[in-house]
Amino acid sequence: MRTFGSLLVRGLIVGLFAGLLAGTFAYVTGEPHVDAAIAIEEAASGGHTHDHGDEHATPAAEEEEPLVSRDGQRAGLFLATSLYGVALGGIFAVGFTLLRRKLRTANDGYAALGLAAAGFVGIVLVPFLKYPPNPPAVGDPETITKRTITYLLTIVIGLLAVWAGVALSRWAARYGDIARLGGFVAGLLVTVVAAYLILPRINEVPDTFPATLLWQFRFASLGTQATLWLLLGFGYAAAVARRPSEQKVNA
Amino acid sequence: MAAPAQSVAVPAISPRLLVLSAVSVALLLLLAYLVGFDQGAVSQSGMFLHELMHDGRHLLGVPCH
Repeated sequence: MRTFGSLLVRGLIVGLFAGLLAGTFAYVTGEPHVDAAIAIEEAASGGHTHDHGDEHATPAAEEEEPLVSRDGQRAGLFLATSLYGVALGGIFAVGFTLLRRKLRTANDGYAALGLAAAGFVGIVLVPFLKYPPNPPAVGDPETITKRTITYLLTIVIGLLAVWAGVALSRWAARYGDIARLGGFVAGLLVTVVAAYLILPRINEVPDTFPATLLWQFRFASLGTQATLWLLLGFGYAAAVARRPSEQKVNA
Repeated sequence: MAAPAQSVAVPAISPRLLVLSAVSVALLLLLAYLVGFDQGAVSQSGMFLHELMHDGRHLLGVPCH
């Protein structure tokens, strides 16, 4: 048996590496789109820098240095994804520890992969489809509180939807394998569609913003999260797996 | 495939485990908050960390300005 500390530390380490590699993915696929979006923003506002700290500044103060340069923000990307990866990896490890016995597989690796798949659907995919992420230059600072709350709500709803899917699939399992799968899909989709209809619509993309750039950015963002969760799932599966060969080698 | 009893490699649920879990998750959520939402209140760095992690926040899909 592994201790809580051992399970947690494995999650933190796997999360750190997953975050670093997700940051690399984001740097390669996402940064060009972030730069393009900022160029559009600056062209629209006549050279106003992209910096929250300048919000009080008048347009005449455009000479003012931004708090963090663009190069700093590009490097900060790796800090952000790494710290996020550590946090997520740790929470994932705690979830694995508490939920392991509820997962009906004898294989710890499959359990970790299943949990990662559930987490990706609930925490990434469900929020993504309702409120797709936006590049800089899109989004009204006035509505940030509302958008933050609805975003966090979609995460809670996403996890609830996965839970509903699993609960329904276990109930339907008595009617066969197809019913079991159907139960999962029904539980998930009914919850998600109902929530999507109730949650407010938010669309702050300016009419003039290029649709291609918008979606290139969104897919880069989705790819970043997919990289993180894939590596977290397979990494944690490898980290908790017991290797039968270990004992033979050591003996 | 190994027998379930051997493969379940987690400690049994106990009050101590639940407290450890809750404390860990709370600290880790604070870390995630620092990346995703903080605007200086937690980091005490003004907007510096917020601006530094600006690109990461956008690309991780967190809503931002």
